[in-house]
Parts: sequence; structure tokens; C-alpha cells
Amino acid sequence: MSLRRPAKNQPENFEFNPSSLEAAKSIVAKYPEGKQQSAVMALLYIAQKQNDNWIPLAAMKYIAKFLNMPYIKVYEVATFYSMYNLSPVGKYFVQVCTTTPCMIRGANKLVEACKEKISEDESVLSNDKSCSWMEVECLGACVNAPMMQINDDYYEDLDKEKTLKILDKILNGEKPTPGSYRGRINNEPENNRKTLMDLKNA
Amino acid sequence: MLRDQDRIFQNLYNDLGPDLTSSQKRGDWVNTKEITDKGRDWIINEIKDSQLRGRGGAGFPTGLKWSFAPKEVGSRPHYLVINGDESEPGTCKDRDILRFEPHKLIEGCLIASYAIQAHVCYIYIRGEYFVDGQKLQVAIDEAYEKKLLGKNAAGTGWDLDIYIHYGAGAYICGEETALLESIEGKKGQPRLKPPFPALIGLYGCPTIINNVETIAVVPTILRRGGKWFASLGREKNTGTKIFCISGNVNNPCNVEEEMNIPLKELIEVHAGGVIGGWDNLQAVIPGGSSMPLIPKDKCETLTMDFDSLMAEKSGLGTAGVVVINKDQDIIKCMARIARFYKHESCGQCTPCREGSGWMWRMLERMAKGEASKDEIDMLGDVTKQIEGHTICAFGEGSSWPVQGLLRHFKDEIKKRNKFDPIVKENKNIPYLVDQHLLDKNA
Ligand SMILES: Cc1cc2nc3c(=O)[nH]c(=O)nc-3n(C[C@H](O)[C@H](O)[C@H](O)COP(=O)(O)O)c2cc1C
Ligand code: SF4
Ligand code: FES
Repeated sequence: MSLRRPAKNQPENFEFNPSSLEAAKSIVAKYPEGKQQSAVMALLYIAQKQNDNWIPLAAMKYIAKFLNMPYIKVYEVATFYSMYNLSPVGKYFVQVCTTTPCMIRGANKLVEACKEKISEDESVLSNDKSCSWMEVECLGACVNAPMMQINDDYYEDLDKEKTLKILDKILNGEKPTPGSYRGRINNEPENNRKTLMDLKNA
Repeated sequence: MLRDQDRIFQNLYNDLGPDLTSSQKRGDWVNTKEITDKGRDWIINEIKDSQLRGRGGAGFPTGLKWSFAPKEVGSRPHYLVINGDESEPGTCKDRDILRFEPHKLIEGCLIASYAIQAHVCYIYIRGEYFVDGQKLQVAIDEAYEKKLLGKNAAGTGWDLDIYIHYGAGAYICGEETALLESIEGKKGQPRLKPPFPALIGLYGCPTIINNVETIAVVPTILRRGGKWFASLGREKNTGTKIFCISGNVNNPCNVEEEMNIPLKELIEVHAGGVIGGWDNLQAVIPGGSSMPLIPKDKCETLTMDFDSLMAEKSGLGTAGVVVINKDQDIIKCMARIARFYKHESCGQCTPCREGSGWMWRMLERMAKGEASKDEIDMLGDVTKQIEGHTICAFGEGSSWPVQGLLRHFKDEIKKRNKFDPIVKENKNIPYLVDQHLLDKNA
């Protein structure tokens, strides 16, 4: 288990904006009547998107009312799942996978790059407050190791130099292109494909 | 090597496009009605004949699982739930199905829902795969538009709605009952079994849970026949399987191959060989991080299926093959896996919550050579105290890899950890209370 604490400085209020509200309503409709609690995870995610990548306590209270469930139940969910950020992480949130398959292909170099460019310690905002980084567990792209995630996108087949370039971009406020940084096509063996050759050459 | 025409996932590398028109050219959604017209019993029997075993890790026979769903729908509706949590380190196959072969999955959902009499299907996708999930959503929307889903889906006379439910970063939600809790909007903490989900599952209703790959191969099996699928691989370990080969290989990749393929062929032919050559191989984790590693000498002849790996005290798991070469510190590799489990334990059972931390800390010290000799046996003890004493199989998943390390690399650990905590000589340490005992011996 990991320890997760809400930020000290919390905003007083939170409310869904019109587009979040619409999204929230369509999500509640996916679940049977009376089971609207099922929507809590998606609503927390919407709140996080609306609120610059983190969820204030006020949002949990708001969602509890919205779904007619006890606040503590929302709090439990928000603190259980690691993708909910309970304190500000910046506009660009960099997550470096360091689990064994990535580790043995040099994930520590990516961590070094983050330390150099963003902040010495993980979960600490960069000087301009625009981004932060953190080590995470396997992101399910192990054949593209080492890799990292920035907000919703995966950046794969990296090394230190490539990571530095990507981080330069986000620190400039630009969005780097996601995907493989060795230019390989999806998860095929690079320059060594032995299967489905007719389709490749078609 | 498996013939290309026997590969189910023709679009594994997205040469053809994941959209509906391209998928139909590959044979998806062609006469789905003909399949359902043959009836539930025929479908379930054909799946039984194919000897398909679940691709989510446990390898449970799929046809048998479906037959556990109540024959009559009572007051409670039935549900189909698809497990796309894919968080086992070393595994990244379901992601390619979600983004490149979504229609195989959706059609599979329709057929399976029909077979178990569910009108609603939830697809649970790990939150990190949001972008890939959105691609699946596009395919679902396409299917609704072409009347392949919704009322009288694909003209089968069966109504089906499919919804995606995203996780939010918890490995344990891959465990089927934790997954159900998560869909219900709770913390993902596994339930005690029994009752089994087939009778009391989502919202207390009969629920069948299957992995993404399991369901995605169903339409092809039914079109080509259970016999065709069973002719690949060997008895009880049939068909094809997507293998993910990661780690110290020249060309890490996903590849669909025949069950029972030699491990060496997977590594040498498809993944371009071990970095530094075959002799530089140290060990292989054959089925995702929960499966005990296999040392090099055994890798020579090993074949990849459920039963042959079980015979080696390991398992096929998710078929995530992690290759570790001699440039790596094997103890450190396993310590990192132990850290994964420590991070992901849901915390309900004391042996798992505390034990996972113990194993991690001990292994970290062993990697540094700071452990005492006695601790090596103690570590083995800890794994035994976790295994079999927990609510869910996470306990086994976290302790097996450590047992595997102890089984095959004990000498390596012993060599590095000679530290003896008992002071045997008179060192005149002022705070040592039993100094007099030493003095006597001196
Ligand atoms: C700790 C743990 C994690 C699991 N993670 C996954 C997973 O990510 N994906 C998956 O399909 N099955 C996972 N499983 C297995 C499921 O519990 C379940 O057996 C499987 O989804 C059933 O589908 P199948 O019969 O098609 O394999 C996990 C099991 C355990 C104990
Ligand atoms: S074994 Fe671990 S993960 Fe499973 S229920 Fe117990 S504490 Fe949770
Ligand atoms: S270990 Fe890094 S993506 Fe799986």
C-alpha cells in the first residue's frame, strides 16, 4: 500500500463547469438505476481534468452530493486509487515507469532526466510550477521500455537524450508527439518482423 | 512457426486499420447471426471443444466458466464483464487488441453475452490506457451506428449494450472480484470466494468475467470451429496466444504464436535474440511478474504453455516474457518486483499487506549485501506465511517470484550476504549488554 495525503492548501469551493456536468450526467446513465455510485471513479477523473490535474476535497464533497453517497465513500475511493492526484502536480504530469522490465532497459536514465529538467525530488513542482514528475509502476507498455506517460499520452522506446528533448518541449508549453521515439511501428519487432509479411508489404 | 493464415489477430501491428470496414474485410461481423442461431448450447460446447483457457492469467477453461451462468434468467439480470485491467508487469497484449482489433472484442462480447444471457456488458480498462480506451469507444460507437450493438444487435435478435468503465491505477483491480467492487464505485478490495461471481457478482447478480484476449478470440474459434483451434498447440493447451517479449532482447515485441512454442524460438526468432547473445542469458520470467523465474539452463528446452510451465514450478500467466541477461543484478530485479507488490497490495489481509513490505525490504538489503545468512531462510518463511493465507491470489503472486529467486539463485544471495549480526569477538562495545558473555569466551 502507499500513503496518500490531500494537499494542505485546499480551495473553498468546487463545482462542475457546464461541459463537465454534461459528461458526468452521461456517465451516470451507463449504470442501472440506483447504482449511480458506480460513476464515482469517472466523476473524480472529470473533476481532476477540470481542476488542472488534481482533486481538491471540495470536489469530493461535491461529487458525494451529486451521486447522493456519503462523503467518506468518495474520499475512500479518491485515496485508494493512485491515479487521483490529491495535490497539485502541474499542467504536465510526467510519470516514469520504473518496474523491472523498464528498469533493466534503463528507466533510471529517464528519472535522471526528470531530476535535471523538472525537480530534484519527485512530486515537487518545477520552478515555473508547470510540471512535476513521479516514478510509477508498470504502465502496460513493457515491450516499448523504457517509457513514460505525460498526462494521457505514452512516450515509448526512450533514452536519456530523447527524454530531455521531450521535457524541454513541455517546459516550453508545447505538446510533444506521443508514441515510439525509435520510429518503430507499434509493437512489431523493429526491423525483424517475421509474421504477417503480406500485410506489411501490401 | 505458426502459419499467417492461422493468426487470429491479423491487425496486431495495425497494418490494416482498426475501423469497422477494415475489420469486416478481415472477417469480423460476417454473419454473426449464423453463429447465434446455432444456439447457446452449441456455442458453449464449441468453446469447450476448442479447449480455450482464459488468457487473464489463471488459465481457467472458458467454456466451463460460461456453463456456470444460471440457465434461466431469474429476477436478477446477468452481466458480462471484460477484464482489461492489464497491469501485470511484462504484459501489454490487451492494449493492442483494444486499439487495433476492437471489433474482434466487441463481436466476442455480443456472442458471449448471448451465450450467458447478458444484456449489459462492462469493459473495465485500466485508467492509464485512456487513449486506447477512447479508440475502443470509437469502435463501439461505430458498431451502434451500424446496428451491431443495441436493440437486436447485428440482427441476432439479442439486445446488448456495452459500456467502458475506466480504472484509476490499481493493479489489484485486475483480480475479478476487486474489479467488480471497482465497477460498483468502491475501493478495489477483493471479495471472499465463495460466493463466486457466476452466481453473485456485479450488483449481486450473476456475472461472467473474462480477459480481453479470451473474448476477442471467440468469434474466430466459432467461425473456424473448435476443432481447428484445438489442432494448434497441444492437448489442454490449445490455440494461439499473444506473447509479449520484453527486457534484454534486441527486438522487444508482441507476437501471436502457437501455444507450446519453444521459449528459445520466441526469443531468438521473433525478439531478435538476447542482448549479448544466448550465452548472456541469465533468467526468464515466463508469464508476467507473478510467475517464478526460470534460469538459463532450463530455458534451452522450455516450451510455452500452461502445463509445461507448471511442471517447471512456474506458469504461463499472462504470457508476458521478461528476458533478463547477465548484465543485470538478478536480486535487484526481483527486489524491484517486490516493491511493485508492496505498492499494490490492497491492504485487507495482514500477511499480504505486511509481508509484501518485508519481502521488499529484505530483498533490497540482500541486493546490497547487507543481510545476514539466516535471513535467507527467513525470507523463504515469509513467503510461506503469505501464500495460501490471504483473501485473493495476490498473496501467491507476490510470494512466488521471491520463491523462484530463492529456488534458483540462493547461491548468489548467499555469496553476497555473509554478514553475521552476532558479535563473536570482544570488541569492547560500551553499550553491548552481554559483553560479559564474550569476555568469558575470550
Ligand atoms: C492480483 C491479480 C491480478 C489480476 N490481474 C488481471 C488482469 O490485469 N487482467 C486479467 O484479465 N486478469 C487478471 N487477473 C485474473 C482475473 O482474476 C480473472 O481470473 C480473469 O480476468 C478471468 O478471465 P479469463 O478466464 O478470461 O482469464 C488477476 C488476478 C489476480 C489475483
Ligand atoms: S491478498 Fe493482498 S491484495 Fe489480495 S485481498 Fe489480501 S491484502 Fe488485498
Ligand atoms: S514495466 Fe514499464 S511499462 Fe511495464
